[in-house]
Amino acid sequence: MSQKAVSRRNFIKGVIAGGVAVSSAAYLFRSSPLLSGQAARTGGVERLLALTVNGQTRRVDVAPQETLASTLRYKLGLTGTKLGCDRAECGACTVLVDDVPRYACSVLTHAVRTKRIQTIEGLAAADGTLHPVQQGVVDEQGFQCAFCMSGFIMATVGYLKKHPNPTREELAHGVSGNLCRCQDYDKILTALHRGAELSRGVARG
Amino acid sequence: MAIVHDVIPPFQLFQPASVDEALDLLDARGQEAWVLAGGMDSFDWLKDRTKRTSVVVELGQVAELQGIRENAGGLEIGAMTTLTDVAEHAGIRERFSLLAEAAGLVASPQIRNQGTLGGNVSQDARCWYYRRGWHCYRAGGNICYADTPTAVNREHAILGADRCVAVNPSDTAPALIALDAQMVIRRKGAERVVQATDYFRGPDIDITRMTVLEPGELLTAIRIPATWAGARFYFEKVRDRQVWDFPLVNVASALKADGGRIADARIAVGAVAARPLRLQAVERAIAGRPMNDETAAMAGEMAIQGAVPLRHNAYKVPLLRNLVRRAVRGGPPGATT
Repeated sequence: MSQKAVSRRNFIKGVIAGGVAVSSAAYLFRSSPLLSGQAARTGGVERLLALTVNGQTRRVDVAPQETLASTLRYKLGLTGTKLGCDRAECGACTVLVDDVPRYACSVLTHAVRTKRIQTIEGLAAADGTLHPVQQGVVDEQGFQCAFCMSGFIMATVGYLKKHPNPTREELAHGVSGNLCRCQDYDKILTALHRGAELSRGVARG
Repeated sequence: MAIVHDVIPPFQLFQPASVDEALDLLDARGQEAWVLAGGMDSFDWLKDRTKRTSVVVELGQVAELQGIRENAGGLEIGAMTTLTDVAEHAGIRERFSLLAEAAGLVASPQIRNQGTLGGNVSQDARCWYYRRGWHCYRAGGNICYADTPTAVNREHAILGADRCVAVNPSDTAPALIALDAQMVIRRKGAERVVQATDYFRGPDIDITRMTVLEPGELLTAIRIPATWAGARFYFEKVRDRQVWDFPLVNVASALKADGGRIADARIAVGAVAARPLRLQAVERAIAGRPMNDETAAMAGEMAIQGAVPLRHNAYKVPLLRNLVRRAVRGGPPGATT
């Protein structure tokens, strides 16, 4: 396949970056006027925010009722954060807010306007070197369909910041706020545990 | 799973920077204002559109509502302190481990990272008919859909039902009741303090509300007196999944021993009634008795007096009896985490 082939993901990213976010959002929301077409209300918060996402300051217009997952995916083009249930019941949308794992579907963007937000896109180093947890997943091929993967990885990265040397059981409890519909938990845990080892600089034995 | 999968309908958002500012807002907009703490309960209502609001007051920017402070020999916990912070706080773990344990068993890590202690005790009733927007008693209607011959009511109440058979599923509430905690409630220009037991309301008093909070009022802090510091604690939560689930029944107890006898006790249970219940009759009955299996068995039998199971939740009766028995007898929890 040609390198120039346009994937759906890059197409959507391009559309958003190209400044036609309004039409793309309308497509994604089945022409719902609520996210993009809403008139500003008087009083309350300013809509224009300067969010700190993956170390960058991103200026973005955010509706008062908008969730962080919506802002990340549909305003900033960061579609690595997945929306599974949209009800804090699956964990696919997990991101780090000031290094703490949170469900991006269940937090208002305005509530985290002063915080540091990190998504799966912000894990790899600038030169493309993967984060150790990402590398662990690649090494062990932990996921099946991998829709839940970015949530699992972010939950793990957040957990390891407080518990750098977990047992397999402790890590399982640490990522117990994430579901995998493929029921691939055994391999996922193996991969994430490998990621924890790599984070501590443990060589493959 | 929700049927509506869409963005939340528009509302006006306020983010006060101080308690006074928040109270001013609630004073001006109290009838229509929706107070948003961690939001773990609120977002379900708003996304499903089973409840709507035009004004949201988000409290995340109010620093004075967060954190745990020493207070008159006990602790004062800001209402916006996250459940993770409660579960991990050294002082709580050392002196009031009952509360740390209860907070650590709530839902999932991400929810504990965002959900607050004040929100956990102020959450709405657990009943899928009510939460799906059925026009039941609690929603202002004149029927209970969970108490009909064909209703699915495995998780509903066995005690204290009055038209509504929903339960209060809070895990921290029984622990706070067992610790004689006090709820600090403020409104513009006034403050009142109520015992944790009295913070919760049953349907016999007000079928549409879970707590004594009136419009314009805010739960600002929860005080844990020194009374029960270091007592013998027991907390157990039984649920279908080992994580990320509401309790089928939970129990919290604090006991002080005098020789081999129970000098004083607090026992509270949750998820069996529309409000967490302090079992005062049981507390009085076991005071002065030897701390043994016989006393524990008696406590268990007393706890289920008056229980009226629905079609699918009769299992809660022996479950409650056995949990109260364990809470008095002590020892490692049998089925928790």
